[in-house]
Amino acid sequence: MKKPWYEYMWTVSALYLILGFFNILFAWLGLLCFFIPLIISAAKGTKAYCNKYCGRGQLFSLLGKKFRLSRNKPMPRWMTTKWFRYGFLTFFMIMFIQMIIVTVLVFKGARGLSETVKLLWVFRVPWSWAYRITWVPAWVSQFAFGFYSVMLTSTILGLITMILFKPRSWCVYCPMGSMTQLLCQVRLRKYEQ
Amino acid sequence: MAKKLAQIDKAVCVACGSCVKVCPRKAISIWQGLYAIVDENRCIGCGICAKECPASIISIERLEVGA
Repeated sequence: MKKPWYEYMWTVSALYLILGFFNILFAWLGLLCFFIPLIISAAKGTKAYCNKYCGRGQLFSLLGKKFRLSRNKPMPRWMTTKWFRYGFLTFFMIMFIQMIIVTVLVFKGARGLSETVKLLWVFRVPWSWAYRITWVPAWVSQFAFGFYSVMLTSTILGLITMILFKPRSWCVYCPMGSMTQLLCQVRLRKYEQ
Repeated sequence: MAKKLAQIDKAVCVACGSCVKVCPRKAISIWQGLYAIVDENRCIGCGICAKECPASIISIERLEVGA
């Protein structure tokens, strides 16, 4: 049986991460994985993005199962609680807003462009080699560096929990997944009224 | 009649759909993007979903089902 096209979305996720090593401006494409899930949830009230199209989930599945990189053990209970999920979502959003603030500061000229990728919100890694198109406004590049940091950081976290626990452990605390589920809840409540 | 069935803890389900993908009987679906539901007529209690679930919230239980 031929696999449907969306089962190959993991290649898109992998390609995205690779492209960021060559030209940081490709990071902007990552906004698609932010808006598409939210639009699907808001418009249709489903988590079709998680269920079918999410390339990252597929990538973790592939690495964890086919390549046997996962221990396949259950996650600790506290990691599956709502407290942890929404706590992580809150932390993630605060960090995201901070990244937007830095972008705005660069736009206003109050800060210079930092050609670095910040991993796990702490470690600044020099990334100048991927800063190739220098004629775009500085804030455009700053956002790209910031957004790629978010994407790479979350991939690293996902890889760590993939190895330690089940392949798709990331899905349990994925901020996008939490947000889309919240949207579905709100939508259903409105529909019921 | 007692039957082995997958039971899902809806309160903590993240609706990621991992279980839907692996079910050999297509017995699981995601309801309104909120949680997974099991079609008791199709489920044979094989436990593949329980093993797959990243949050480990699916259990296989022996339950009485209507004839």
